[in-house]
Amino acid sequence: MAEIVFWTIAALTIMSAAFVVLNSQLIYSAVALLFTLFGVAGIYVFLWADFIAGIQILVYVGGILVLVIFGIMLTNKIKSVRISHKSMQQGVGGVVSFWFFIFLFIALTKAPWAISDAVEPIGTVRGIGVLLLTDYLLPFEIISLLLLGALIGAAVLSRGES
Amino acid sequence: MNNIDSYLFISSMLFCLGLFGVITRRNAIAVLMGVELILNAANINFVAFSKFNGMNLDGHIFGLLVIVLAAAEAAVALAIIINIYNNMNTINVDEAAELKR
Repeated sequence: MAEIVFWTIAALTIMSAAFVVLNSQLIYSAVALLFTLFGVAGIYVFLWADFIAGIQILVYVGGILVLVIFGIMLTNKIKSVRISHKSMQQGVGGVVSFWFFIFLFIALTKAPWAISDAVEPIGTVRGIGVLLLTDYLLPFEIISLLLLGALIGAAVLSRGES
Repeated sequence: MNNIDSYLFISSMLFCLGLFGVITRRNAIAVLMGVELILNAANINFVAFSKFNGMNLDGHIFGLLVIVLAAAEAAVALAIIINIYNNMNTINVDEAAELKR
């Protein structure tokens, strides 16, 4: 049963990701990106990462996707919902990414990974919180500083010169 | 779903679809969507290796940092794209090729 659910989510993720890169309507691509991000959150749930799955939905779906749709709306002269654009060099891009996929998949599956089993934890929030304030305190502080810098930088850039 | 190969398959598939989007798209926002797919693929790998290496949560921290970086990157990139649109009236990456007007 879980197997069927897992592969359904995987197929949904990959097919909507293909829709994102192949569709010529930008708004449809953004909506397909929504399904991809939800599918990735479902895969995180299968990987016992409940906190990451929640953050994925909060930040990606609630933040980044809204930003992307805002960007589409602000950079087109809107006559209708159908904002289309053509792709270029699809043959070359397809060949390159297909062979890169073959190479990547063979390399990843042939490699002897150090796999060790684990029991399913009750929750990961406590462990992540402890790690963030002990072992990973410096990256945590640096990333908060970077977020502040990005916030100020984006505000200054989009304010325009006046 | 109980061996790491299925997760590696999904993540490499997502990575290559994102790569295809970055190569073929002309609209800068569509290129940004391809970059988001690539970041998601990397994140799946981090979390998968964290699970299959004894659930030691280090990969979760990296995944969290990648999500924060993606948010910062999307905000700054969209600010830049809107500036390009105001200056050049297009956001197609092959048409916006002038450095100075």
